[in-house]
Parts: sequence; C-alpha cells; structure tokens
Amino acid sequence: MSKLYFTTDHEWIRVEGDIGIVGITDHAQHALGDIVFVELPVSGKQVAKGAEAAVVESVKAASDVFTPVSGAVVEVNEAIVDQPGLVNEEAEDGAWFFKVKLSDPSELNGLMDRAAYDEYVKGLE
Amino acid sequence: MSESASLRTPLYELHRELGGKMVPFAGYDMPVQYPAGIMAEHNHTRSQAGLFDVSHMGQVRLSGAGIVAALERLVPGDLQALPIGKVRYTMFTDPNGGILDDLMVSQAGDHLFMVVNAACKAADIAHLRAGLGAGVSIEPLEDRALLALQGPKAVEVMARLAPPVTQMAFMEFAPHRILGADCFVTRSGYTGEDGFEISVPAGAALDFARRLLQEPEVAPIGLGARDSLRLEAGLCLYGADIDTTTTPIEADLLWTISKRRRQEGGFAGAEIVQRQLQDGVARKRVGILPHDRAPARAHTPITDKDGRAIGEVTSGGFGPTLGGPLAMGYVEAAFATPGSEVMLVVRGTPRPARIASMPFVAHNYVPARRIS
Repeated sequence: MSKLYFTTDHEWIRVEGDIGIVGITDHAQHALGDIVFVELPVSGKQVAKGAEAAVVESVKAASDVFTPVSGAVVEVNEAIVDQPGLVNEEAEDGAWFFKVKLSDPSELNGLMDRAAYDEYVKGLE
Repeated sequence: MSESASLRTPLYELHRELGGKMVPFAGYDMPVQYPAGIMAEHNHTRSQAGLFDVSHMGQVRLSGAGIVAALERLVPGDLQALPIGKVRYTMFTDPNGGILDDLMVSQAGDHLFMVVNAACKAADIAHLRAGLGAGVSIEPLEDRALLALQGPKAVEVMARLAPPVTQMAFMEFAPHRILGADCFVTRSGYTGEDGFEISVPAGAALDFARRLLQEPEVAPIGLGARDSLRLEAGLCLYGADIDTTTTPIEADLLWTISKRRRQEGGFAGAEIVQRQLQDGVARKRVGILPHDRAPARAHTPITDKDGRAIGEVTSGGFGPTLGGPLAMGYVEAAFATPGSEVMLVVRGTPRPARIASMPFVAHNYVPARRIS
C-alpha cells in the first residue's frame, strides 16, 4: 500500500515501504511549460530534505526540483532525460524523477496530502 | 518600477481575453505566453504568422533642419546614406563606445521614425534632447501601438488586408492606410523571419489586432517565443548581449557601421571604436552550441578546456527550431572563431560546447531592394 504526499514546492512523493518515488506535480509542469531538459542526481547520492536534487528546464528557464525527504538516491528515471517532454505529458505518473531510500520517515509528517495540496494550489491562483 | 504600477499597452484587454500569462517587463504588464505555449508559438511563427504586441517599445518622430547630421553625432549608423523609405539598425553609443540602446531608424522624408527599447525609452528621449541640440523636434509617439506580424505567411495575410504593403522590400519603411488606420509600416522584425512591424494609432490597435487574428495563419505570440526566435536568429537583446560595457566592435556589430563612418567617426565613442577597429578587441560576441542537451543560461561562465575563465554567456536557452540548446556570449578574441572548443560551466559542471556562426537558424527575409 503506497501513500502519496505533496510539497509546497510542487513535488510529489509516493512512498512504498522505505522507498519514496519523487516527481513534480501536474500543476508544476503546466506552470513551467514545454520542458526541454532534465538533470537528475546520480544514483547513490545522499540528499537532504529540501535540498536541490534535480533540475528541470523549460524553453524559458531552469528550475530546481527539491527532495521532499532525506536519504540515498537509489534509482533515476533516464526516460525523462531522453524525452524531457514526458514530464509535460505524465508528470504525476510515468515521468517520475528519482527514487530515494528514506533515512527518516518522520519527515513525511510535514507534507500535504492530495486534498491539502489541491487546496494550496487553488490558493495560489 | 514596481509590479503594481505596471503600465498597459492598448492590447492589454486582448491579451487577457486570449489567456495570456502576464508578467512585468520593462515596466509593462506583458504576455510572456498564451495557452499554446512558447514552443508552439515559436513554431507557429516559423511556419505561419505570429502577431506580437510590441507597443511597450518607444516610437519617436524626429524632425527639423539638420536632423540627419545631428543624429549621426549620437549613432554610428550611416544616416546620410539612408534613402527615403529605408530602415537602418544602429545604436546610441556613449563616450566610451558603450551601447546605450539599439534601435531602428527609418528615413520618412520629412522626418525620421525611430523605434527604441522599452526599458531604455525614457533615457533615450533625454539623450536625444541633450544631444541633438536646438532646432530639431523630438516627439515621442505615445499615442501609437506597435504590432509585429512575423513569419513566412505574414505577407499573404497582408496581401488580403493591405495589398500595397506586400510590395515593400526588406528594411523598407512606408506610411500606409490599413483597415482605416494611418499606419507606419516597416518590413522588418526580430525573429529572423519575413514580416512587418506596424505602428497603429492606439485607439485603432485593438480592432486592428483582432482583425489580424481572424486570419487563419495568425496566432498571438508572447515574449517567451520572441526571445527564442531572436536568439536563433542571432539578434542581440539589449541589456543582455549588449549594454554600456560592450562596444559595437566587441558585439560584432561592425556591419552596422559604413566605411565612411568608420573613417570619419563623429559619433560618441568614435575614437575608441576606431582604435578597436585598428588594434582589435580583447573579447567578442559569439554564438555557442553546447555539445549536449543542457541549456546554458545568461551568466554561465565560459572556460577553456583547462578551466581557465575566458568569458560568459549573455543569452541562452533552447531553440525549438534548432531542436537543441544554444547561447550567445562573449569570449576572449582567440576563442571567437567558429569551431573553437570551449566549456560552459552549468551549475558547477563544465560541459563541452563550440563557438558557432550565427544565425543559428537561417534568416528567411525577402530580398532587399538594391540601392544603386
């Protein structure tokens, strides 16, 4: 049974056991526009909650993707490096960015659930 | 200027209607993109016709006896050789040879019609007032909008709405009555494509733009695509690629200075420009193509293969027509030859790139009429 969380920086993390799958939200990809480049962390890298872990670039600008939790990167999604446009097409599904082995599951407590995130996004518009 | 005090062009209402994403730009609230998105807007302009609101730019009418000679003191462009009905690209220079703004000037017969950058227009007017001396009239045309219709189908659109306009050659100027409005038209633009820039009375601009958008080839294009289009075309953005710290020679804009003006000088900073012409410059504006897919944005450091700093990117991003990243910047003269290998330090990681000739995407202008 997996559980989905969201950050105020528009990342999502789906947690199964001690592994979190991280991506950017549909709202984020829409706001960024056509995505032309993705830079992912190297597998094995230790990342700290809130730190820049990946970069996503549109025609216009580069944006950081922050990791919602601390831990070790265990896998990255090379498909979005080869086809950055996938992030526009399936941001909250196939176009995940990286998987992280959580070092402190309690960090999930401060994150939002779907309903809270939707409410948060509504407040931004 | 604060965002809350943003100015609006006469087309503001239309931008909102069209779903434009409005951003502050040079003191104006301008559409950076419409719902189609930058990529689609860029591609539309390259294949059809894009409509750009550039009403934030400054339009100025200059007249009076001796205006041509007077203006030549402020710009290195050859205005004496500019025939009636022709447009020239030139720049205001300062005493150090730095560029205060770049501009388009048309010889309209009894006056000059000038278009300058939005962010510089107040300073440009002050500079003109201080530099042109008595006896000339400097008239900012604040009651006019400026629309650019750009792309290979622009001429077909104009053929339906104003057939005489299609007879204009590249870099020509003419007054035309279009859709009942008294317009100033130049066949020019900032995309590398054929097209027209049309100065329209502010009160007529909204209807004028709506009418153009009814044509099947025409779609609205925001500032985002304007930037990617001009970058592919190798055209400078003032404030990024050129400014008061760059001279026309360093900026590779020597082509805008005629032989007479190189020899005679007589413009602000001429001695420095002439000395650079003779002795060469330490750095040059160049095109840069990354070998990989990572865009290198403005201020990305450029190094040689050993990591020694040799310059900086001034504009960079992704070229939808090119299908990859591209950049413009300054490098030490020894590296300015196309084919030179350099490194772009993107987020701390050196990535290989090469100096490339510009434009990155071939210009698609109509031929200019030959001047005998």
